[in-house]
Amino acid sequence: MSTTNQPVLQVSKFNIDFWVEGVWYPAAIDMNFDVQAGKVLAIVGESGSGKTSIAMGLMDLLASNARVSGSVKVNGVEMVGAKKSLLRKTRGADVAYIFQEPMTALNPLYTIGFQIVETLRTHFDMGPQEARTRAIELITMVEIPNPEGSFDKYPHQLSGGQRQRAMIAQSLACDPGLLVADEPTTALDVTVQAEILDLIRNLRDKLNSAILLITHDMGVVADLADHILVMKDGLTVEYGTSDQIFNRPERPYTQELLAAVPKLGSVAVRQLQPELVGLPPVLKLQNVSIEYPKKGRVPAFRAVTDFSLEIFPGEIVGLVGESGSGKTTVGRAAIGLLPAVEGKIEIVGRDITKPTPQELREIRRFTGIVFQDPGSSLNPRLPIGESIGEPLLLSGDAKGKELDRRVEDLLDSVELPKSYRNRYPHELSGGQRQRVGIARALALTPSLLIADEPTSALDVSVQARFLDLLQNLQDKLKFACLFITHDLAVVDILSHRIAVMQDGRLVEVGTRDQILKNPREDYTKRLIGAVPVPNPEAQRIRREARLASK
Amino acid sequence: MKKSTVSTSEANESGIENKETDGLNQRQIIVKRFFKHKAAVASLITLISIFVVVYTSLGITIGFSKFKFSIPGWWPYKITEIDPEGAMENICNGGVAGCPTLDLAPSFLDGDGIRFGAHPFGTDIIGTDYFALVMRGAQQSILVMLIVGILGIVIGTVIGAIAGYFGGVVDAVLMRLTDMFLVTPTIVIGAVIGFRFGNLGVVPLAIMLGLFAWMGLARFVRTEFLTLREREFVDAARVAGASDRRIIFKHILPNAIGIIVVVGTLLLSGAILAETALSYLGFGVRPPDVSLGLLISEYQGSFSISPWLFWWPGTLIILIALCINFIGDGLRDAFDPRQRRHLTMKDRKKARELSEASA
Repeated sequence: MSTTNQPVLQVSKFNIDFWVEGVWYPAAIDMNFDVQAGKVLAIVGESGSGKTSIAMGLMDLLASNARVSGSVKVNGVEMVGAKKSLLRKTRGADVAYIFQEPMTALNPLYTIGFQIVETLRTHFDMGPQEARTRAIELITMVEIPNPEGSFDKYPHQLSGGQRQRAMIAQSLACDPGLLVADEPTTALDVTVQAEILDLIRNLRDKLNSAILLITHDMGVVADLADHILVMKDGLTVEYGTSDQIFNRPERPYTQELLAAVPKLGSVAVRQLQPELVGLPPVLKLQNVSIEYPKKGRVPAFRAVTDFSLEIFPGEIVGLVGESGSGKTTVGRAAIGLLPAVEGKIEIVGRDITKPTPQELREIRRFTGIVFQDPGSSLNPRLPIGESIGEPLLLSGDAKGKELDRRVEDLLDSVELPKSYRNRYPHELSGGQRQRVGIARALALTPSLLIADEPTSALDVSVQARFLDLLQNLQDKLKFACLFITHDLAVVDILSHRIAVMQDGRLVEVGTRDQILKNPREDYTKRLIGAVPVPNPEAQRIRREARLASK
Repeated sequence: MKKSTVSTSEANESGIENKETDGLNQRQIIVKRFFKHKAAVASLITLISIFVVVYTSLGITIGFSKFKFSIPGWWPYKITEIDPEGAMENICNGGVAGCPTLDLAPSFLDGDGIRFGAHPFGTDIIGTDYFALVMRGAQQSILVMLIVGILGIVIGTVIGAIAGYFGGVVDAVLMRLTDMFLVTPTIVIGAVIGFRFGNLGVVPLAIMLGLFAWMGLARFVRTEFLTLREREFVDAARVAGASDRRIIFKHILPNAIGIIVVVGTLLLSGAILAETALSYLGFGVRPPDVSLGLLISEYQGSFSISPWLFWWPGTLIILIALCINFIGDGLRDAFDPRQRRHLTMKDRKKARELSEASA
């Protein structure tokens, strides 16, 4: 650590361009920032704004078609145009990286201990025994339970949060002066995310490292950052202290970005339209259990146990839970894609517990589903008009000219140009694809819509537009909706009632205010407490309350 | 929630890596990528030229024994004519008769100048025009290749698709069947088929070979289907009420076309080599019919005296197999969207010029 007041990282006039098809496309334009030891700088922006390119560009880790210019100084040493040997020495030792997806960033063929030892022995003259001792120290430091035993574990034997901890341990191996964390918690559940953020904060205090945090989540930023740099399309929009950006944002883009972040308890309770009150439920799940059948030697897995839920016409029910809690399984069973082994599933009065193909065809008319991943839910070889029209065509509702007209109407209703009918999915952005997904789900004007994490792959501003659209359509068409998500803030905006799930069981169900303001169960309380709020002050108070209750 | 006014343009969301494919449909992207692969394009042109020369020079005979229909070719000699117009007269170095009259060396090198002559490929030991023989051999070899390839692709795709899509018992039964076909050595199967069906002519032989050529492709297609089956658009189609057949043929198969085309081209080049090997061993095409492998086998004895009898069919086989492999390579690149192209020297040069100009 340098004793002078020199920043650990100094970036000035930093440009990144990509060479595509004979033209230079800029990914970062004239970036200027620096990070002091013991401080956190957050780079915030939506996907495609160039924030990850910057992280990789600092240490010359970009693809061969990239060009960097300007100046990047690490502890005063120039990195742009530096020799490969110097860069190699700096990487890992002075500058360490934490990546978004711990499963793909760790090598699945080696134990985590081996991977940490490898980093240690690359940079230091260390014997195997010594390296092992140091590695176990690091594993202890990142609070992985049973450090001795975890040393010999493979990445797949650890949970997502533990993998992320292992990766942090690896990146801390050489006491780096600068830690670059590229979306370190995006792939994690809220409760795990809160723990990882605590860990990063503790490490910063303990090691006095500088941290460059790259994220799109304003809540995470509020929790950690001292300084914030807002980016859009490769340009710096605003650069200032956390307090300035959150409390006195100057640029309209920053203000919009902050406004688009959903906040718990910011919207009024949604009332069910009076004419719909008292009707029989659209979807009725009674003590349902769902199993994935055994495959070879792998035994049958019970994903959902004894689950009961009713959804009434015109009602949006949010189903919340962490990954692996079985919420997607419930969604699929509710539409007849999975059979139930116990209990009873009814859609508009028809029993589909163990559906026959005939029964399934009949309920298709009443159901629609929007999938999680806009990249995989549309057939890449079909123009989107054909994808949207498929339910209409197969149900025999429309053909030829009539079909074209209906497809155009549907595109219109999800606010996409009619001319998009002949486009292919890869030509559309994530938000547009997800709107195509809604259009397809609503093609047959169903009475029940299942939305399976439709916004988890979208940027906040795009998410805000998507939720707006879904609400307007729901007001107009009055379908019942089961909205599956891990994001409590989204549920807060949309739903009339909320159901919370954990480990395949229903924890509690109630009206929105009941769940979010007066949760009865501990699990629900923990879940709500872990959601970071995009306000540094409020977040500090919440964090302290959460840590005190531990 | 109040109407959001965020002005982020969603069009920009797709990012820089998609700039290359902006505004093109899938077929255009594939064609564009394929034509970037210089070796593949050159191979495609060469292969088409070979096909054209081979099939027009001798003409084509279509149909069976009684209903034959022929289109005559432009080459004056036939494979059945012996010693036409005293071809044996062309004596070259060392007193060997029947040398190729083709001379590609320009006149300043050997004084003879570039010429084709009456028998550019020479004549064989009894005086038959060798160009005609090689062309006829190539016709048969290409025919075998196409029949084996098409049969292999169709059977392999159907079996792989069914096994991969339905899974469970269907998958187990079909894959064990595939294993049974796979464990038998190809050369033994070929020899038995050649021995039983070789005398019936080229087409039955090719069909029988095709019935034993599908296993590799079936496995690839099955794997591809296993992955694609789990994609959400398949569930979406199922929710829309699509039947199994529609899902297989309309939704999954077009997405698996890449692997089919790529493995299919390898199957084709494998087929022409297999035919050559079998004919060489005497199990494939039988005289009086000819194929490229048979020509090599027939004249292997005269290699030391008349090496051209060996070179011409050999070169042609290598050329065809090589072209098909390069085309397969180009198609693989074209169909693989994750393929990240690296900058060529030309790109770098242009990029440098551009940045200097702007500076």
